[in-house]
Amino acid sequence: MVRVEHRTIGDVHILDLEGRITIGEGTSQFREAVHRVLQQGGRNILLNLAGVTHMDSSGIGELVSAYTAVGNRGGRLKLLHVPPRIREVLTITKLATVFETFDDETTAVESFR
Amino acid sequence: MRENTATETYSVSLSVASDLEFVELAEAVTATLARLTGFDEETAMWISMAVREAVINAIKHGNKEDRQKRVEIQYAFNRDGLSIRVMDQGSGFDLSQVPNPLDPENLLKPTGRGIFYMKAFMDEVEIHSSPGEGTIVRLRKKMRPRSP
Repeated sequence: MVRVEHRTIGDVHILDLEGRITIGEGTSQFREAVHRVLQQGGRNILLNLAGVTHMDSSGIGELVSAYTAVGNRGGRLKLLHVPPRIREVLTITKLATVFETFDDETTAVESFR
Repeated sequence: MRENTATETYSVSLSVASDLEFVELAEAVTATLARLTGFDEETAMWISMAVREAVINAIKHGNKEDRQKRVEIQYAFNRDGLSIRVMDQGSGFDLSQVPNPLDPENLLKPTGRGIFYMKAFMDEVEIHSSPGEGTIVRLRKKMRPRSP
């Protein structure tokens, strides 16, 4: 399962994720968190993956779905503090070329302006 | 973890009902056996993620989550490495019809990365499947020679 904390800086919604984004509870909780932000009218989403330990192919699929869902509403979804394990998965799936990633929160938030 | 110096091959079998609840169990058993084989924590984690994908495919796509059907997971390990067979009782599939998740048109598809995941993290992946028959996935991770 994944624990999600939601905070905002200006109009940027930051989701701090901790745990496993894997098939079942993990992917459901992640999907619901992103959809809650979209339902509240949020369009700029920054996923802080610092605390994510595992991501299986279903987790990668949810990440892609979230990216598409946010984009379809005219928003942007970006990644912050991608751990080496997750970075490796994004690289081999060629998704590292799709997602904009940041190692510094301030820089990431400013990139939405 | 002690170095595995055993010359003999050990085998372990696990049989689970086709319920995704059992995926975590298969992952945990795999990680434990990978460490017993002598793999480091990080490698054991990747092996367990690859097996996880094979078991999810067997439960979801092979046995269609029919709890009356079983997924068999067989492990064999020695100091040369760890071999795993994951077998379902489904109707099989045509491997040639599985799209490449790296093709530009598939990059943003939410599904279809399971087999790719296995191939990325294991040294050998063989899939025997044909329509009307069950699927057998063979995975192998070799132990790298240790530097003196």
